Amino acid sequence: MISVSNLTKTYSGTTVLNIDQLEIPEGQNFGLVGNNGAGKTTFFSLLLDLIQPSTGRIFNDEITVSESEAWKSHTASFIDESFLIGYLTPEEYFYFVGELRNYNKADVDSFIMQFEDFFNGEILSRNKYLRDLSKGNQKKVGIVAALIGDPKVVILDEPFANLDPTTQIRLKKLIKEQTQTKETTFLISSHDLIHVTEVCERIVVLDKGAVVKDIKTSEATLKELETYFEEQTLA
Amino acid sequence: MFKRFLFLEWKAFFRSASFGKSLGLKILLIFLAIYFSLSFLFLGFGLYPIIEKFYPDVSPPEFVNRFVLIWLVLELGFRFMLQSLPIIDIKPLIILPINRRKVVNFVLLKSLYSFYNILSLLWIIPFGIFSIYKGHSTVGMLGWILAMVFLSLCVNFLNFIIKKKFTENLKALLPVILVIIIFGLLEYFKVFEISPRFGVLMNFLFDFPYLAVFPFLGVITLYKWNQYNLENKFYLDTALKGKKQSTNTHNFGWTQKFGSIAPFLQLDLKLIWRNKRPKTTIYMSFLLLLYGLIFYTNDSYADFHAMFVFAGIFMTGIFMINFGQFIPAWDASYYPLMMSQNIPMKQYLQSKAGLITFSVVVLTILTTPYLYFGWHIFLINLVCGLYNIGVNVPVLLFAGAYNKKRIDLDKSPFMNYQGTGATQWLMVFPLMGIPILVFWLLNTFLSFEVALNTLAVLGVLGLLLRNILMEKICRLYKKRKYQMLTGFKQTGE
Repeated sequence: MISVSNLTKTYSGTTVLNIDQLEIPEGQNFGLVGNNGAGKTTFFSLLLDLIQPSTGRIFNDEITVSESEAWKSHTASFIDESFLIGYLTPEEYFYFVGELRNYNKADVDSFIMQFEDFFNGEILSRNKYLRDLSKGNQKKVGIVAALIGDPKVVILDEPFANLDPTTQIRLKKLIKEQTQTKETTFLISSHDLIHVTEVCERIVVLDKGAVVKDIKTSEATLKELETYFEEQTLA
Repeated sequence: MFKRFLFLEWKAFFRSASFGKSLGLKILLIFLAIYFSLSFLFLGFGLYPIIEKFYPDVSPPEFVNRFVLIWLVLELGFRFMLQSLPIIDIKPLIILPINRRKVVNFVLLKSLYSFYNILSLLWIIPFGIFSIYKGHSTVGMLGWILAMVFLSLCVNFLNFIIKKKFTENLKALLPVILVIIIFGLLEYFKVFEISPRFGVLMNFLFDFPYLAVFPFLGVITLYKWNQYNLENKFYLDTALKGKKQSTNTHNFGWTQKFGSIAPFLQLDLKLIWRNKRPKTTIYMSFLLLLYGLIFYTNDSYADFHAMFVFAGIFMTGIFMINFGQFIPAWDASYYPLMMSQNIPMKQYLQSKAGLITFSVVVLTILTTPYLYFGWHIFLINLVCGLYNIGVNVPVLLFAGAYNKKRIDLDKSPFMNYQGTGATQWLMVFPLMGIPILVFWLLNTFLSFEVALNTLAVLGVLGLLLRNILMEKICRLYKKRKYQMLTGFKQTGE
């Protein structure tokens, strides 16, 4: 689904991302792990064509991301609050995103119905603008909006951060269901090793912009990751 | 401790994201500051001789005293609109072992260094010294100078209180404004002249200079009041409680008629309706419709029709200029969303063009009553509207591709230069200069009809070429996308 070749991003002489080759097949839950500055957000921004690569290309469903806009119709994302429109209410925001993805009002209404649990009564029909919601609730809105219209690829940057424990558990369930029933390809970055290992079938560790580990998740993965990051503290 | 605060301020200033970026704007502001300083200085030195010349039988200081109250009220008004209060980010300071009072004092004392305080010194002191030189009692004038300085400081702290209390709720200020207006009218119609009465009080200063202690007490009282207010606000409660804002969920359903651009049109209308700064552009547009009265009633323009073109372009295009020049910076805070969602750039731009076109049509219709001043004015406004739609809309969108300054939507619109850059200043020439120049040349050397028709033809041509132009603009936006995204991320003034 996603394929990366010779991708580098350099800011005034410093290489912040350098990935030779990376293939993410359709329907895979892909986890991205790494310390601050490892290049996770840079990679996601490149995937969304928000910054230009210094060299190399990213293909999203065989479309070169930086050359055509065709990938946008099957790709959704929530990176940070700059993906929210502060002066809309959550419902209006969902309708707006829905319209961009060919969902009419009724479609969107029935779609967000299934997230009532997830929203925990704090989002819908509260008559509040998004800018007045708490960080955690904003995040919930952003994540759910990214799922509208059955996108084939969903990119979430740090989806677990700022969420309360109940919602974290619900989100994990949600992601697993989506991959099983709809073959959605999730790209998720996280600092929380337990969450990623639970949700993702495959985990890639980035360090200073380079892929240092590429693991197919198993029982031993969490231990392996913990050992890796412990070694980092010694190095 | 104060030294540390100053150090923080210094860093905040020089390390702000846009430091050096808006150099042009800074130069303009510095130029204005120098201009006003010099004007006030000249006023200070010149006031005495001028009054002496025109009113030889009054004592100039007493004459000045009669207007002190009016001056103070005007000063308060100007300060309220223009002076920005010193702010310090208290959140990180609350948990540090710093006395609350110290921070509050720092904020209050910092306001003393405001340019507006220095400005009044610039005329008060020279005038006082000049009066002493002219033989008025030294001690008396010194008392007067001190009293004036204290009064000016009273205004400074009063403004502080008003701004803190009323900016959230401007309606509460209405009674105060009403009282001021009533006194102003009474003064104007000479029913009850309060300012000269205040002047009589001021005159006592010349004989009893120690009376300057009263305005000083005023300063102290206002200072303490401020201190009390601010210390009570020194909690996060106010920030944590969250604003209880009533939401307006009007949906602008009628936009559905516009098909594929409907969602964006709706979004833009909500943007305008629900945010302070864009909302003011609407009010301004209606207010400035009266602008024509200045031109049409003034005989000196009667034979200079190019000025009417200026008025026409301006009145029919004021919303276009005010709103359009900041496209797409209005969407700055969620530009990454717009760029990664399933949004074709062309539709996005077309909805903006549609909105502006609509505004021009409405404003042009609203200018029709100017028919009263003659058919030629009616025709000029009509043609200017057409020219705005055909030529200026694409020009503005084109220029918008070079906007890369963020606009925070909920900041106050008064004297807010955020998002203003060289592009905005440069835009005035093509938007207004070109049509005026074209019209003026043709009108002078050929005829009124030719000039008018040419503008109309240009407008129609622009409309016919709209699609091609939009394609080109679209490509430019795509090319500039990365610069815009980086630019819009930079917060801070």
